[in-house]
Amino acid sequence: MAPPAQTVRSSSPSQPSGKGEVSDLKLQLRQLAGSRAPGVDDSKRELFKKVISYMTIGIDVSSLFGEMVMCSATSDIVLKKMCYLYVGNYAKVNPDLALLTINFLQRDCKDDDPMIRGLALRSLCSLRVANLVEYLVGPLESGLKDSNSYVRMVAVIGVLKLYHISASTCIDADFPATLKHLMLNDSDTQVVANCLSALQEIWSSGAATSEEASRERETLLSKPVVYYFLNRIKEFSEWAQCLLLELVAKYVPADSSEIFDIMNLLEDRLQHANGAVVLATIKVFLQLTLSMTDVHQQVYERIKAPLLTLVSSGSPEQSYAVLSHLHLLVMRAPYIFSSDYKHFYCQYNEPSYVKKLKLEMLTAVANESNTYEIVTELCEYAANVDIPIARESIRAVGKIALQQYDVNAIVDRLLQFLEMEKDYVTAEALVLVKDLLRKYPQWSHDCIAVVGNISSKNVQEPKAKAALIWMLGEYSQDMQDAPYILESLIENWEDEHSAEVRLHLLTAVMKCFFKRPPETQKALGAALAAGLADLHQDVHDRALFYYRLLQYDVTVGERVVNPPKQAVSVFADTQSSEIKDRIFDEFNSLSVVYQKPSYMFTDKEHRGPFEFSDELGNLSIGTESVDTTVPVHKVEANDKDLLLSTTEKEDTRGPINDGAYSAPSYDGSLVSLAAPQTQPEVATSNPSVKEHSQSSFAIDDLLGLGLPAAPAPAPSPPSLKLNSKAVLDPSTFQQKWRQLPISLSQEYSVSPQGVSALTTPQVLLRHMQTHSIHCIASGGQSPNFKFFFFAQKAEESSTFLVECIINTSSAKAQIKVKADDQSASQAFSSLFQSALSKFGTA
Amino acid sequence: MISQLFVLSQRGDNIVFRDYRGEVQKGTAEIFFRKVKFWKEDGQEEAPPVFNVNGVNYFHVKIVGLLFVATTRVNVSPSLVLELLQRIARVIKDYLGVLNEDSIRKNFVLVYELLDEVMDFGYVQTTTTEVLKSFVFNEPIVVDAAHLSPLGPAGLFMQGTKRMPGTAVTKSVVANEPGGRKREEIFVDIIEKISITFSSSGYILTSEIDGTIQMKSYLTGNPEIRLALNDDLSIGRGGGSTYDYRGSFGSGAVVLDDCNFHESVRLDNFDVDRTLSLVPPDGEFPVMNYRMTQEFKPPFRINALIEEAGAPKAEVILKVHAEFPSSITANTISVQMPLPKYTMRASFELEPGAVGQTTDFKQANRRLEWNLKKIVGGSEHTLRARLTFSQESHGNITKESGPVSMTFTIPMYNASKLQVKYLQIAKKSGTYNPYRWVRYVTLSNSYVARM
Repeated sequence: MAPPAQTVRSSSPSQPSGKGEVSDLKLQLRQLAGSRAPGVDDSKRELFKKVISYMTIGIDVSSLFGEMVMCSATSDIVLKKMCYLYVGNYAKVNPDLALLTINFLQRDCKDDDPMIRGLALRSLCSLRVANLVEYLVGPLESGLKDSNSYVRMVAVIGVLKLYHISASTCIDADFPATLKHLMLNDSDTQVVANCLSALQEIWSSGAATSEEASRERETLLSKPVVYYFLNRIKEFSEWAQCLLLELVAKYVPADSSEIFDIMNLLEDRLQHANGAVVLATIKVFLQLTLSMTDVHQQVYERIKAPLLTLVSSGSPEQSYAVLSHLHLLVMRAPYIFSSDYKHFYCQYNEPSYVKKLKLEMLTAVANESNTYEIVTELCEYAANVDIPIARESIRAVGKIALQQYDVNAIVDRLLQFLEMEKDYVTAEALVLVKDLLRKYPQWSHDCIAVVGNISSKNVQEPKAKAALIWMLGEYSQDMQDAPYILESLIENWEDEHSAEVRLHLLTAVMKCFFKRPPETQKALGAALAAGLADLHQDVHDRALFYYRLLQYDVTVGERVVNPPKQAVSVFADTQSSEIKDRIFDEFNSLSVVYQKPSYMFTDKEHRGPFEFSDELGNLSIGTESVDTTVPVHKVEANDKDLLLSTTEKEDTRGPINDGAYSAPSYDGSLVSLAAPQTQPEVATSNPSVKEHSQSSFAIDDLLGLGLPAAPAPAPSPPSLKLNSKAVLDPSTFQQKWRQLPISLSQEYSVSPQGVSALTTPQVLLRHMQTHSIHCIASGGQSPNFKFFFFAQKAEESSTFLVECIINTSSAKAQIKVKADDQSASQAFSSLFQSALSKFGTA
Repeated sequence: MISQLFVLSQRGDNIVFRDYRGEVQKGTAEIFFRKVKFWKEDGQEEAPPVFNVNGVNYFHVKIVGLLFVATTRVNVSPSLVLELLQRIARVIKDYLGVLNEDSIRKNFVLVYELLDEVMDFGYVQTTTTEVLKSFVFNEPIVVDAAHLSPLGPAGLFMQGTKRMPGTAVTKSVVANEPGGRKREEIFVDIIEKISITFSSSGYILTSEIDGTIQMKSYLTGNPEIRLALNDDLSIGRGGGSTYDYRGSFGSGAVVLDDCNFHESVRLDNFDVDRTLSLVPPDGEFPVMNYRMTQEFKPPFRINALIEEAGAPKAEVILKVHAEFPSSITANTISVQMPLPKYTMRASFELEPGAVGQTTDFKQANRRLEWNLKKIVGGSEHTLRARLTFSQESHGNITKESGPVSMTFTIPMYNASKLQVKYLQIAKKSGTYNPYRWVRYVTLSNSYVARM
């Protein structure tokens, strides 16, 4: 009996179709309900199948509930199963009728056949009716003690189901404690795995409100528990292994020998045919070695081959999931993969989502030795029938050109693109040539010669048109026809739909005017007139601005529009390094596929076991011996504190991606980009520049507030010596910050000079650096600033970590110090304080 | 934690639909299907296997035209869910013998039985075919396999069928043979997928073999099995990072870049004598996956040429040469070549006496198609096509056509030279002698020649 899918296409329950059939079924079921005639089970089976098939395609058959229950008195197991399936689906909407099923389900829970007991218990717990929970406790209690592992397996998940219907009933019956006992003692690995899943879910959802739950959740990560699982891991199913590995990835070993033991134990998991097991293992390896740079790099080398094998075996979907993770690793450490570039070549039959990832990887791994081959390959794709990929390939060539020092050959290729005479190729290439010129103005001569040959009529895409116009304005002295091309474009002002293009046109004609006034004067007049009449606010405003500027002083106008330009050294990264680190922390989760940290696409309660701040709360520091089976842990007050601070962090960061909490290296590039000479022009050029300018404006505003500083008394220098060249990567910092307890928490006053000098986070970090205290992340705006600093002892690699919150209106600095060597915290703190007190006096 | 699992037909109908946690709103199947169908307006891009709509994550795999879908709100491991969907499809196939829309529709109650045991409240319980046997009470209704060739290995390598070994055994693990008792047999298939890119001058730019040793066991009592591979097999070439073609070709040694193994495989003796021992679970599973970039002899050489033949015309000459021995025959070969977009018409000229060859010009995407039923090893085939362009002046026609791509199946051939030297089954008694089938097949993955 097949579901009549062709006749009933809709899956909406409100669809009237099927009504007649349903009442028909009702009648037939009634007739069979009481019958004991031979063969009645077969007829019932047919009817039940019909009901289930209607249910599947979305016809509402809940009205048959009574009849289905009446027919359920049977020993036929196939019938029973269909009935359970039906009841599970509709009990929630028929709470009163659901009561009818309790009776027979409870009876079945006591059946001699363990399979019937298990099935009945599972269905009983799946009813999801709040006022029936009292009936669940008894059967669950006996189910957890059942001699058959199948029943126990079902009962453990049953406890979790009960928790979701009524948490208090579940807690009152002390089920979590029972599960914990089972988890550490049951002989069946699937029962153990289910206990772990259930407890993780129960304690995670309880952790927010209950001290005990969060304490219990921590014990799952204690050494005895983790070792108990690790030693038996191969007995578990591959799926349960993933669960265990996910747990191990959060465990913090006490020393490096422990780390190596775990890695050796799990080494052969990297050869597993199941990609999920391999990725979970890789996560463990990566997390464990975060603070050991050399080993971490070895891990990358080790996991390369297994990842590549997984990418090329299995279905396209599976290989995509693995490729996304490989992509993440390649973007993190391109140099490790630079000799593997051929593996990232696209195959003609791959879906575009795979090709896109590969193109990004090819771009990232390009270096001096492989660029020629990579670019040659990319140029093949540019002629591809798949236009979106052809475009991406051209962009990739451009990106490689922008990241290489020797761009000679690449520029030639790009110029060849322009000669290919395919609209989309020309469009992409124009945008690229423009970016290239902004970085390497020395190439202008070659490029302009080719660009000059392009007829503006063949360029339709706004971005490309804008790029062409920018070049016409910028290099109008070298392009003979520039004023006339601009003029003809201005004549068609009305037909130009893109405001971006019109804005560029205004700026370009201004630039051109200062370089070749007599030829451009007419065009400029026309452009300003058209601009002033433009309905688009920005276009109108810019035209007005230029108009008044010219009216005010032509030489000032020239300085504004045609200032001497500095080549752009680095284009802004689209993602901050902190976001990237966050995604890396959430390795082996959807975050990697979406290339977003989980808080951007998932609400709080669904972030799963991967969630970052969750993880922090989970961490424990301890070295209990392995033989204690039920370990007890104390919640470290500071861990909770840390949890708080990261959530704060998240909130402040949400809408603005950069700026707020970026790593210093990133800030550095921003500051250098914020060179004032590009500013006046900035608003007119392309979007990537706009990104810089927004942040640079903010910085400049703040810089403008800087007040002259007065000297302050310098405290005597303490005896501790710090390493002025200390290095620490952000992930190690994060790992350490989670691991270490707070050894010192203090509040200082900040001198008035310091307060007035602290206009942006950057000024303080530069100051602290002169005292060998380095910043790893900073953010905030007046009056609240927040910093994470680190420092290392001069003689040994003992690290100090500091969280420092400064409020300029109250002139207070709160610091929290964590240290490898806690005895030195006090000395470090006074050193920190003395450094801070000198701030603003220089 | 998976919330729902469903199987949709090509038209978007629910064939089975199981909600495990009741956390996701109704109508997800419709939301999903609409999203997949209209991923990009131009229809050029396929929906990725994982996406998020309003906080619900949708995972899907496409198998024989069906969509196996899972939903969840939780940030789970995408690999785990996609592996699981694939595995579920395989388990269903183990039970139904044939996996297609018809067989699932006929057996949907059995499929529900499976789904009930595979997962509970969104947590995977078991995906092992034989463990599941004790929970499945419905007898599979075997769909009419008449249009497929008869059972057994003899029919598998019939010329002209598109079926692959492994997928070709259409016997349910639970159903009995019509004769009553089960036939004791085991299939071991070495399936290799070849990717090659030839440069315009015929030089090999990249090449890779992705292989699988796939097993399908119908042995009762799960006896232990030993598989012996080539003695001189070695694994790992500098961590797989090198792509150089050190002259190992011809010396006979098989060097794999890397490989992985099924859970049941024990490698105790692998380092000593290259044998794998395992107790095969019921149903179909990959014993070993491997990857090889060592130089190998490509099965086909492709020559493609496009020349102007007096505006606005051009001539295309396609030559395919089979490099494998004449005792072997490739089948279902298809050669495709994109033509310049201003191509209006194409007329074809096959070689004299050509049998089982068809040609086509796909107007919509300006593509030439040349299909050959079979190619005997050592032979060469040529196709000439005359193109008519819509305009006299045009760009570089060589640059605007190609690359030529090729698909094929070559039974009883493997390019890597990896072999199963013997397949030993632990004997229960002197008379116990099950059928063993070891079969090789080579498929094209991405077989491309640039112009």
